[in-house]
Amino acid sequence: MTTGSLALAASPPSGARRRWFGERTALPGFGLTFGFTLTWLCLIVLIPLSAVFIRTAGLGWSEFVAVALSERALSAYKVSFGTAFAAALVNGLFGLLIAWVLVRHEFPGKRIVSALVDLPFALPTAVAGIALTALYAENGWLGQYLVPLGIHVAFTPLGIVVALIFIGLPFVVRSVEPVLADIGPEIEEAAQSLGASRLQTMRRVILPAILPAWLTGFAMALARGVGEYGSVIFIAGNMPFRSEIAPLLIITQLEQYDYAGATAIAAVMLVISFALLLVINLLQAWARSRSID
Amino acid sequence: MAARPASDGRLARAALLAVAMVFLGLFLLLPLISVFVEALKGGVGVYLDSVTQPDAIAAIKLTLLVAAIAVPVNVAFGLAAAWAVAKFDFPGKSILVTFIDLPFSVSPVVSGLIYVLLFGAQGWFGEWLAANDIQIIFAVPGIVLATIFVTFPFVARELIPLMTEQGRGDEEAAVSLGASGWQAFWHVTLPNIRWGLLYGVLLCNARAMGEFGAVSVVSGHIRGRTNTMPLHVEILYNEYNFAAAFAVASLLALLALLTLVLKSALEWRYGYHGKGGGH
Repeated sequence: MTTGSLALAASPPSGARRRWFGERTALPGFGLTFGFTLTWLCLIVLIPLSAVFIRTAGLGWSEFVAVALSERALSAYKVSFGTAFAAALVNGLFGLLIAWVLVRHEFPGKRIVSALVDLPFALPTAVAGIALTALYAENGWLGQYLVPLGIHVAFTPLGIVVALIFIGLPFVVRSVEPVLADIGPEIEEAAQSLGASRLQTMRRVILPAILPAWLTGFAMALARGVGEYGSVIFIAGNMPFRSEIAPLLIITQLEQYDYAGATAIAAVMLVISFALLLVINLLQAWARSRSID
Repeated sequence: MAARPASDGRLARAALLAVAMVFLGLFLLLPLISVFVEALKGGVGVYLDSVTQPDAIAAIKLTLLVAAIAVPVNVAFGLAAAWAVAKFDFPGKSILVTFIDLPFSVSPVVSGLIYVLLFGAQGWFGEWLAANDIQIIFAVPGIVLATIFVTFPFVARELIPLMTEQGRGDEEAAVSLGASGWQAFWHVTLPNIRWGLLYGVLLCNARAMGEFGAVSVVSGHIRGRTNTMPLHVEILYNEYNFAAAFAVASLLALLALLTLVLKSALEWRYGYHGKGGGH
């Protein structure tokens, strides 16, 4: 870092000012940008989020249990978590397969297919919701074949899973893709030239290498699915105790001016989100330590 | 990236490819196509009528207005946050970055609710706002706030890894040669990060225009006044006016396609690949 030490020699005062904050640098603007970042973060994110916990704490324990852990609320968490888990499993399997095909195979239109994978990030959730509902309704393109077989997707929990598969797919593909690209076919060739079978190579070489990234993608898809609202409500049917998701229950409480109920359920959802975020951060740290090795 | 089909046999390759394509076709492509087909089912006349109705025009205008506020605000925040995090060392940096990412893990509905708890009629500032005749919830300011919250991390999480990777050597050189901080930023940093910035803006804008859950909580769904395009789609759909709902939805789908095309262009043309991971 010769330029760095040069700059430091040129203006020692500002370098000295920053001394308490680790490495010295002559660059200005730390106070301004750090102050703005922290203030804006507090105003827009931290203080509003804390309102949920402060208002919930004001409820008292017994009232909190009565509203946040009511039978209807518990079944809503179960629906949200169960469908998100099922969708994340499907995405874990097919997302891995799609990432594999994108990294290892050449085929015409590959770039377009790769761009298409990001569609769920770009398409508004409400649009996805009404499109999926139209597809799987009794007279829809897919529903007309599925309903006679007794497979009801629209207005059932299965519909929620379908919507969450749409929403979560890119998380798995985009997490696994760079790691698969890093491994490269050479490592597989090496394993096979040392006598490993196709299955052994997969199980002993590839899967362990991509496991942290795959789990990260799975957890991200799960986290997104648990909180998802827009794509789900159109296709879910929204029957309490059957296909009512937790975010919808919050809206229902709000519409009945039951702020305490909505806030308590939101607090439970936030705790679940933060727990998943922690898991994702730990998985990412694991993935990073793997890629350095 | 050079893909050599080292391991999969020809048959296995074809089978894997087929399964992947069928899955993508069923779960991603088909919903996208169906939006346009449903939108044009009633003919071009109905389509044009639906998207030029006064309520639809008002929704389009509001959506553009909200994005025109939320995106620049998040660009300013993202640039400031990335400058502080990438160019300086300070304790608690990783906690700060985690906090910036926080809105991505919050359910959209909760993202709207938090502002109702602050500014709603029963909220912390509700009485004061009512006394001073200021309306935030069920009005445009609430929609803007909720949108800023859900799009909060987009630009920052794109720029922080990018600017960390680039280090601070270039800017330090500029400053040591007599440039001011602003000059170093404008002439050195900005040209270095332009593609990453554009990438973050694209994703931020797509989410800002398409956000549904958070905006739904704070909007109050007043037609012609607090309806954004996604909310207008919902209202039309719930009225069984499917042709009109899909017509407005098709405009949002076109926006999504445009976002994907521009994003892919950045990736192919300039070799820029997103640093921020998913979302």
